[in-house]
Amino acid sequence: MKGAEAIGEAAIRAGASAYFCYPITPQTEVAEYLAKRMPQVGGVFLQGESEVAVANMLFGAAATGKRVFTSTSSPGFSLMAEAMSYIAGAELPVVFINVMRCGPGLGGVLAAQGDYWQATRNSGHGDYRCPVLAPCSVQEAAELTVQAFDLAEKYRNPVILLADGMIGQMMEPVSLDSLTPGVPSEKPWATTGCRGRDPNIIKSLYLDPHVLEKMNLRLSAKYRRMVDEEVQVELYNQRDRLDLLVVAYGTMARICKTAIDILGEEGLHLALVRPISLFPFPAAAVHAAARHATRVVTVELSQGQMVEDVDLALRELGPSEFFGRSGGVVPTPDEVAGAFRRLAKGACQ
Amino acid sequence: MTATQTLYSRPEALRRVPTHYCPGCTHGTAHRLIAEVIDALGIRERTVGIAPVGCAVLAYNYFNCDFLEAAHGRAPAFATGVKRVRPDLIVFTYQGDGDLASIGMGEIVHAANRGEKFTVIFINNAIYGMTGGQMAPTTLPGQITTTCPDGRDVRQVGYPIRMSELLATLRTPAYVARGSLHEPGRILEAKRFIEKAFRYQVEDRCFALVELLSTCPTNWAMPPDVACKWLADNMIPYYPLGELKLPEESVTS
Ligand SMILES: Cc1ncc(C[n+]2csc(CCOP(=O)(O)OP(=O)(O)O)c2C)c(N)n1
Repeated sequence: MKGAEAIGEAAIRAGASAYFCYPITPQTEVAEYLAKRMPQVGGVFLQGESEVAVANMLFGAAATGKRVFTSTSSPGFSLMAEAMSYIAGAELPVVFINVMRCGPGLGGVLAAQGDYWQATRNSGHGDYRCPVLAPCSVQEAAELTVQAFDLAEKYRNPVILLADGMIGQMMEPVSLDSLTPGVPSEKPWATTGCRGRDPNIIKSLYLDPHVLEKMNLRLSAKYRRMVDEEVQVELYNQRDRLDLLVVAYGTMARICKTAIDILGEEGLHLALVRPISLFPFPAAAVHAAARHATRVVTVELSQGQMVEDVDLALRELGPSEFFGRSGGVVPTPDEVAGAFRRLAKGACQ
Repeated sequence: MTATQTLYSRPEALRRVPTHYCPGCTHGTAHRLIAEVIDALGIRERTVGIAPVGCAVLAYNYFNCDFLEAAHGRAPAFATGVKRVRPDLIVFTYQGDGDLASIGMGEIVHAANRGEKFTVIFINNAIYGMTGGQMAPTTLPGQITTTCPDGRDVRQVGYPIRMSELLATLRTPAYVARGSLHEPGRILEAKRFIEKAFRYQVEDRCFALVELLSTCPTNWAMPPDVACKWLADNMIPYYPLGELKLPEESVTS
């Protein structure tokens, strides 16, 4: 299955009942798939007039308690930032899928990881955070899509699936039967008409500073709980002594694994820490692995964004080296292996 | 003892609380008309209102039904989201002219064009009230505001937008009407428009919008009675009252 289609189908299996979208490469296939599929399962498919409108439609639809989502790519994700802030402020569960392309501006349609900051910090204004999940295969994209819906509901918060153009376009076998979505929870807060209860109001305006600060404190406690409970990370090829520790996510992490294998045959010991959750960032795992390594390198399809989180995680062990390609240029495993070889050997001298 | 009959009381769809609106402002009148219609149609318990960003942002504190607070101008997108996943609910947006005709122009036009089956109450007071009296897309030529201190210069910023006329040009069937809240007769007429706009939704017929010419004595810097006269003398000639589009008519066009 194509990555984009697997994401669409996984969302349906997760119980998504509405999808709003605006076409943008490289993920329009999600929309094309769901335009056919949503009506088959009695769900809502709607192409909005802009990503601004789409993200605000999600607010309305999520307010009724349904599982709802969208998919877009970088320039569209920027336009959704406004509504994301309101959705975070009003504490609604919504899944946003950003299949990153390269930028800034219109940039290009090829794979990149330049939206790391935008996703893991705040795309919109104000004091909020969103869980960010980054798949490295089509299977994982399907699995994390399902998880994203459960997480969104668990925390009543937007959740971002951050994929890159390679994941969206790649064809790989997928097992959809292994997907196990959680049971949708009761939503006494939903605006479904006030029969038999007091009216529900879903809002983000608090004019009294003390009331709003209380709200901010409650939200930040929620974000801390995410940090405690939602870290996901893959460790590849860990050993006690490493010539080089690599930190990479998404498609870039797959290329790094191949490069690590190439160098393994040359007798160099490299390992990979692959953050699956970008927020919360697996800082403890990075630090623990780095204690066995003489050097650490962060590899990204950007000019260096996650590397700042890696450096924060490394603390006294840092800073990390950086290797990145951008603009839609995806390095080959040999090119990456070459860079690793230089770093690993440099560390030995 | 004679039996007493209640002829006038607070509608159930309005809460028993004072509002924050300025003296003479017509937002309160508009709220009451909507609430009376909601009561009359018996839909309070399945209604979801959508508040704008503007003076009416706190409308949810006054209406006695479920409510969402939208981002500035995006209420029609919010309403689309609710109505698409829960067509059984009655959904209405309540929006000012800055909200609907400026920052939210895209959302309202496309919602109307898709024929979203919700109801829009559009408060046209020719000014931005909440932010303190700036120029709106509906500000009249020559009208003074804080951001056009010499009066709206149409050579610089164009003519005021007639939203109802603009929306009435769309081929998709819809109900579009313009009423006014400046005098009792017109208020009763406005209520008939509002009732129709909700009824079309209850009958699952079409998109419906009622524009209500409204006063803003504070930012117009006029006593309420003078504001009502100013509305009649200046706004109505530019924004003629009446029904601009009926869904029945557009079927053939
Ligand atoms: C994105 C954004 N831009 C600007 C504002 C500031 N703002 C708040 S209300 C308003 C204008 C409201 O005017 P109108 O819609 O005419 O409603 P009224 O207050 O007159 O009832 C503006 C510009 C905002 N809240 N959000």
